[in-house]
Amino acid sequence: MNDMTKPEAAQTDLFSKFDPMIETRRSLLATGVTDPFSLVMEKVLSPTTAICSGRETILLGTYNYMGMTFDPDVIEAGKQALDDFGSGTTGSRVLNGTYAGHRAVEDALKEFYGMDHAMVFSTGYQANLGIISTIAGKGDYIVLDIDSHASIWDGCKMGDAEVVPFKHNDIEAMEKRLKRIPEGAGKLVVLEGVYSMLGDIAPLKEMIRIAKENGAMVLVDEAHSMGFIGPNGRGVAEDQGVLDDVDFVIGTFSKSVGTVGGFCVSNHPKFEIMRLVCRPYVFTASLPPSVVATAATSIRKLMHAGNKRAHLWENSRTLHKALTDLGFKLGTAEPQSAIIAVIMPDLERGAMMWEALLREGLYVNLARPPATPAGMTLLRCSLCAEHSAEQVAIITGMFERAGKAVGII
Amino acid sequence: MDRAATAARIAEVIEPFNKNGLAIDETTSFAGDLEWDSLTVMDFVAAIEDEFDIIISMNQQAEIETYGQLIDAVTKLQG
Repeated sequence: MNDMTKPEAAQTDLFSKFDPMIETRRSLLATGVTDPFSLVMEKVLSPTTAICSGRETILLGTYNYMGMTFDPDVIEAGKQALDDFGSGTTGSRVLNGTYAGHRAVEDALKEFYGMDHAMVFSTGYQANLGIISTIAGKGDYIVLDIDSHASIWDGCKMGDAEVVPFKHNDIEAMEKRLKRIPEGAGKLVVLEGVYSMLGDIAPLKEMIRIAKENGAMVLVDEAHSMGFIGPNGRGVAEDQGVLDDVDFVIGTFSKSVGTVGGFCVSNHPKFEIMRLVCRPYVFTASLPPSVVATAATSIRKLMHAGNKRAHLWENSRTLHKALTDLGFKLGTAEPQSAIIAVIMPDLERGAMMWEALLREGLYVNLARPPATPAGMTLLRCSLCAEHSAEQVAIITGMFERAGKAVGII
Repeated sequence: MDRAATAARIAEVIEPFNKNGLAIDETTSFAGDLEWDSLTVMDFVAAIEDEFDIIISMNQQAEIETYGQLIDAVTKLQG
């Protein structure tokens, strides 16, 4: 038999697994709504306003909590670093990618958190991925909240540890699982300060006490609290008086700090070895000099941002009360962070409401499964210290008109 | 606890989760036949863990597709 007659093997389309999502998307867009996941900001005017589709839009879904993105000192530091160090490092932190600025931002972090060690990653995602997968390996146990961020789950999967989730913020469920872990096994408890979907905070004081009583190390992701929760803006663990018992704090530059990058701070005496064994740190290029310069400047300014912090809390409380009074269903009964999640009845009406708000001139995040817990569709609002009281009043009016037009309130 | 006794206790735990009253046998699959979403799976796993005072890690859950496999796993995990 020659090759000419050999039948071609049937090819399996590797994309067929995405068919359900393609169909969900197609049917949503067929209703005529604007695609909520392909918005373009044509011009950004300030931390709180941008031009979207030719219209000036108030930004209420940016995580730019402290409004540092247009801070004149931050911008100046970035420009100077571009002039002095060029546009990029073209290398790993452990080879040619550590410049003076990378050390300087790690020093700023150590000072900000009052900790001995700081390690900067290229993104917050990589910080969780890298630290979790490296410290918890085969035979170790990771006990984590079921509502953990994707970067935490991916770090668990990459590390080969036994992964044991517990019900969201359920202290007893966490304790039971910790007690069932075989004696002698390494244990890591992974928690978040603020859970970003509903904007609720964790009972860290109790959870960390129980974790320690059961011989576990504790990692807390404080991405959504840095800069404005806790007496020094160090996060929920500081606010609840338990930061000293946290072994690893994970954070990001892409929220309050106002640029991009991730980090881990720790007092562990052997922490520096992470720089050689953590693959998402080693096998990627380091942050550009301008990014680390803006981050360092921003972090140092956040140490003295008491007034901005107070105004951010005021904004959060005002909007939370106004939306509650209008009859919207919110993710938390009281404002616990700078995130206010408005719960939508379903994806279709969520998308309609999102579009109605955009027409009003307001941008919020539309969040849907699998990012959200319990299959919820959310309009997630994150406030900024630079939102004026007047803007918050305008936002409330926009929610009222859009909510009535879509029939949600 | 032997396999039969374990199976009897699992049958009790699963009952409130079997909302459609499906007839469950050893080959019943959780994803395919019971059509549970991830949240129901989590609550059910937690209920089984608490009933038997064991841990079924995510890694172990990935290997359990059918009711029979669950009985095997729980019997083994009790040691």
